[in-house]
Amino acid sequence: MSTPTRSTPVRPTPGRPVLRIRGVHKSYGPTEVLHGVDLTGRAGEVLAVVGANGAGKSTLIKILAGAERMSAGELQLDGEDVALRSPHDAHTHGIRTVHQELTLVPELSVTENLLMGHFPRRLGGLIDWKAAHRRARDLLDGIGYGAIDPRVKAGRLTVARQQMVEIAKALVSEGGEPKVLVLDEPSAVLAGSDLEALFVLIRRLQERGVLIIYVSHRLAEVTELATSIVVIKDGRVVAETTPDRTDENELIRLMAGRPAGQLYPARRPADGDTLLDVSGLGRTGELSDVSFVLRAGEITGLFGLVGSGRSELARCVFGAEPARTGAVRAPGSDAVRFHSPREAIAAGLALVTEDRKGTGLVLGLSTAENIGLTTLRTTTRGPLLDTARRRRDVVSMVDRLDIRPAHSAKLPVRTLSGGNQQKAVLAKWLLTGPRVLLLDEPTRGVDMATRAEIYRMLDQLARDGMAILLISSDLTEVLGATDRVLVMHEGRIAAELPSEGTTEDTVLAHAIGHAA
Amino acid sequence: MTEQLTRTTGPGDGGPPPPRGVRLPRLTVAGHDITVETGIVALLVVFVVVAGSTTEAFLTEGNITNLLKQMVTTGLLAYGMLAVILTGGIDLSVGSVVAFSGIVAAGLSSGLPVPVAMAVGVASGIGFGLVNGALVARFQLAPFVVTLAALTTIRGLAFVYSETPVAPEKPGFFELGSAVIGPLPVSTLIMLGVFLVGGVFLSRTPAGRSLVAIGGSAETVRLAGIGVRRHIVLAYTISGACAGLAGVILASRVGIAQPSVGTAFELDAIAACVIGGASLAGGKGSVRATFAGVLVLALINNLLNLYDVQSFWQQVLKGLIIVAVILIQRTGRFRSATVNDPNPGKASPS
Repeated sequence: MSTPTRSTPVRPTPGRPVLRIRGVHKSYGPTEVLHGVDLTGRAGEVLAVVGANGAGKSTLIKILAGAERMSAGELQLDGEDVALRSPHDAHTHGIRTVHQELTLVPELSVTENLLMGHFPRRLGGLIDWKAAHRRARDLLDGIGYGAIDPRVKAGRLTVARQQMVEIAKALVSEGGEPKVLVLDEPSAVLAGSDLEALFVLIRRLQERGVLIIYVSHRLAEVTELATSIVVIKDGRVVAETTPDRTDENELIRLMAGRPAGQLYPARRPADGDTLLDVSGLGRTGELSDVSFVLRAGEITGLFGLVGSGRSELARCVFGAEPARTGAVRAPGSDAVRFHSPREAIAAGLALVTEDRKGTGLVLGLSTAENIGLTTLRTTTRGPLLDTARRRRDVVSMVDRLDIRPAHSAKLPVRTLSGGNQQKAVLAKWLLTGPRVLLLDEPTRGVDMATRAEIYRMLDQLARDGMAILLISSDLTEVLGATDRVLVMHEGRIAAELPSEGTTEDTVLAHAIGHAA
Repeated sequence: MTEQLTRTTGPGDGGPPPPRGVRLPRLTVAGHDITVETGIVALLVVFVVVAGSTTEAFLTEGNITNLLKQMVTTGLLAYGMLAVILTGGIDLSVGSVVAFSGIVAAGLSSGLPVPVAMAVGVASGIGFGLVNGALVARFQLAPFVVTLAALTTIRGLAFVYSETPVAPEKPGFFELGSAVIGPLPVSTLIMLGVFLVGGVFLSRTPAGRSLVAIGGSAETVRLAGIGVRRHIVLAYTISGACAGLAGVILASRVGIAQPSVGTAFELDAIAACVIGGASLAGGKGSVRATFAGVLVLALINNLLNLYDVQSFWQQVLKGLIIVAVILIQRTGRFRSATVNDPNPGKASPS
């Protein structure tokens, strides 16, 4: 992977154990997601935690952050038993967490976000703004993020910059420097010099004896940065190793429980008819001059970093957001572009959105109702819904996609696992009989077994003549499950590459805009 | 913007949401959770038994008929309110619509045939509902603000129409509110009809299911190819129509139309929905349980009257009873949302 060049990694001899967790279990209702996790982290160590989606990394992080309480197990800090009952507890014990979700208040300035709760005061208790901004600037400078203006509203910063402020906030808040800094996918939104600054910062903290727990799925980064690596799979630690003793391929095998190749069905590129022709699509500030075609029988990947416009592209194509210029044509439809999802659906399109819980499902409704949502208007008898027919549709979909538990159709869809929820979303769209299927991060938060099923299903749908666009931020997936890959950079298609024989490095280089 | 939103609401590790805090045992029949309904029915039975055994005035024909008539207004308003609440909205204007439609119907009845005058009254409610719905759906204004403005505007219009109470002269005007079929008042039957038809509408028609789904996630519904705006307009129109009908029936029953009538009626309607387990966030609510909520409120009023409780104390007691009922129902949810989770309901990808 072409991560930016850096100085030789510092790998000091690990110091005393700072954090030790033993036998951590976590259950949500009847479902246990962590089955006894042990971890030891030493001062000055970069402990990488890797695992596939749904392996339990997030849950572990939430426990460390005090946002969730473990169902069983113990946690020691500097040899003393500690109970983390709240995020505040974790904080005062010196465990700082930078979550993947941004937690800045967008309407407040960077200074306010950084110093919240402990502003420098003037006589009389008023906030000394001059001193506050100066302090914020010093803090940012001190950790190599001097480029950020502390007076700007946090919401105005790019996502990458906001992430940097988050990290600064974790370092500076009351209680001084952290003992343990947990970084959850910190590089997901960083690239180029921003990423470099993060690595320099991590090295510096390491030298000062901070334990860094680094969660990432970018394996190249992990092998370069970490002093030790822990692999989590299905809620258990399946391997503890060091970068010297392992490589990316072995890590993938450990995470997936099978060789990387077997996860994805073998694809044979087909040369079918064009089912979607996007030309010159533009939307101010998000997309410019995007052109590509989707063909029957083909799975096309779309890769881009956060902010590259990959989700906006899908929404624009689908008519969920208006485009300013360009055309989206499907055979048999007269539309130049789709002005609403309804038009797109009528032309044979379907969109599985990235945000399954927010825009893919209506969480409070039953699985059956969610599956039947797209066919509400078409399955009627007189003024009433044809309940018998709708029930048959749902049963056949539950059967075909193996949605479990099978009797769950009447239960609220929120009680299903992530993988089965995603199947319900797919079922909803398959009922419309689409010819073009757009999928935005369909395997996020989905367990390994279900991911394999989804890849097989997409493969089969393509073989049956569907045109599929698979949008993903997972490099392995976007190359493994597809026939060719479109790479987006700053709202444009930067490259179109065959999946066979293209390396992750090449794709990433185009996505960052560093391609030769 | 989109990126940021999706980052904060990503899917979790696949586990169902953690059940935390105290949970009441759940009763289910054929997969349907009937805890709320059962609880309310039990409460009603208790009310009736207590009332029947402590005051002789309760189980008299006169009182029962009175009770049945009194619940018509709240009942009609509550059904309309439920339709709006299901979409995640609220309609604060219904009390004012009651006054306006009643006074217009009463006023016009002197010159027009009674059914026509009454139809105009109901139509005025439909009109106000359309405007409310259009403002909420088309201009994306907050339902609370839109209908708060409508509340004061329509109340003002009622006074503009007539500052003093209007007393209709034609005896035909009083038919609707006073006629009975057998033991049942016609107005009560109309309300029951609204609940029956309305129940089928919400549970068995594409539009009804769309309304419920919109309250859960409007964007999911829009992406499924369903027009969100017109369904929102429809919900407010239903509420307006119910309020218009309630106003006409009330004027007919009382025999006089006052521009000041209906103040705070919207609160009883909301209370009935909430007692019935509806969520003000939308997407959750039951027609049957809302009807039970209407009965609960009517019984509370009726009993407090029979016990001769002073009216201010009636208000206090009613408020406390509502809080108690809702607390009992929501114990599980209430607890889980407050325990130690900075982002309830939100999880991040692993």
